Amino acid sequence: MTRQKIREMQVAALENGTAIDHIPPEHLFKVTSLLGLESMNNTITIGNNFKSNKMGSKGVIKISNKFFEEDVINRIALIAPNVILNIIHDFEVVEKKTVTLPDEITALVKCNNPKCITNNEPMPTHFDVIDKEKGTLRCRYCERKVNKEDIILK
Amino acid sequence: MKSNSLVSIDQCTEEDIIRILDNAALFEANPNRKLLEGKVAATLFFEPSTRTRLSFETAINRLGGRVIGFQDAATTSSSKGETLKDTILMVSNYADLIIMRHYLEGAARYAAEITDVPIVNAGDGANQHPSQTLLDLYSIRKTQGKLNDLTITMVGDLKYGRTVHSLIVGMSHFNPTFHFIAPDELKMPEEQKNFCDEHGIKYYEHSVFAEEVINESDILYMTRVQRERFTDMEEYERVKNVYILRNNMLDNSRDNLRILHPLPRVNEIAYDVDDNPKAYFIQQARNGLFTREAIICEVLGITL
Repeated sequence: MTRQKIREMQVAALENGTAIDHIPPEHLFKVTSLLGLESMNNTITIGNNFKSNKMGSKGVIKISNKFFEEDVINRIALIAPNVILNIIHDFEVVEKKTVTLPDEITALVKCNNPKCITNNEPMPTHFDVIDKEKGTLRCRYCERKVNKEDIILK
Repeated sequence: MKSNSLVSIDQCTEEDIIRILDNAALFEANPNRKLLEGKVAATLFFEPSTRTRLSFETAINRLGGRVIGFQDAATTSSSKGETLKDTILMVSNYADLIIMRHYLEGAARYAAEITDVPIVNAGDGANQHPSQTLLDLYSIRKTQGKLNDLTITMVGDLKYGRTVHSLIVGMSHFNPTFHFIAPDELKMPEEQKNFCDEHGIKYYEHSVFAEEVINESDILYMTRVQRERFTDMEEYERVKNVYILRNNMLDNSRDNLRILHPLPRVNEIAYDVDDNPKAYFIQQARNGLFTREAIICEVLGITL
């Protein structure tokens, strides 16, 4: 078997659906939970630590017959800003999408300030994205900044 | 926010600030006006603060309103585990206005999101205390006759001091020049300096509390260096007495210089300064009453 063939066989082909590529391996399982894959009935293939020319190693997720809404997909941007979404119809990639941080992030990120009201009251958190490039957020309540590397998901 | 609440100084435009200060001046001329007749204001102090509470409650009383509330969360059902949301919604059934102090940051903004009753933030942890900023602005305008083009020197704990951070925001509409005097451990944070840069505000940083800087200032804003901020007690011992203002340091200062302090002070202003006519911190606290009367009318939409 050729090298190419072996590579292709590692992952099941997708007839219709979304293939998420270039996921940093350490964030693969966070991405699955951000997208709510654990409660989905679709056929899902999850692979990790594939060789990647671009990033050394990577994770890949393939979900058949699922096309995500923009705001759901943008959640990934928090932890994996460089992922690529391949939208597949009839075994063909019809669209490649990148992700961008939304202006606001609700009920997704935990505030790092233990004295913030959101950590002491049953309520959703609310962050404004104040620097999309650096991935800096600010809590709408206690007004503290959270840098990308300090982001903790709820 | 659902209603006309005052949560943070950065929500105030230049016009808002001027209008509130103009009204505060009317209250200074005549503090007793029956503008809140028949109204009930709640003062919810989840964290004790005698000074701020007395100031707000005096303001309500001088406006002819009535006060309900508590001064310590230990005596309320929040000590039984009631959520802030439930407490706020319950009090909203009774009061026309809620003035609240809370130890948690963001509590006032959250309260303003869940009730239709106007909220006045009387301090949320280390975050915001807008009535303090407005009374500082009132004191500055009153003593200088203007807010524009002033040189303001801030001394002490500039890292954690919320009053100095908010004062920078409040003054940003009026082309100030700032001097920041602090030990390295308590320097003005990057965030505030970036804010100054973005707003074209001139500022100079010093680690020495020198008379030359005092002599070119219109306002000297002193703050307390707090022991609990230091991890290294030796460091604290080294800096705690460096930033003390003594009367002889004012010898060559401008005639219009006034010394402000959010109070309480410990030792950062020597007692020999008290009798200097440039000492203004006690009158400053008195101005809080008039400013708070104006703030209460502002959020309730009462025009004078």
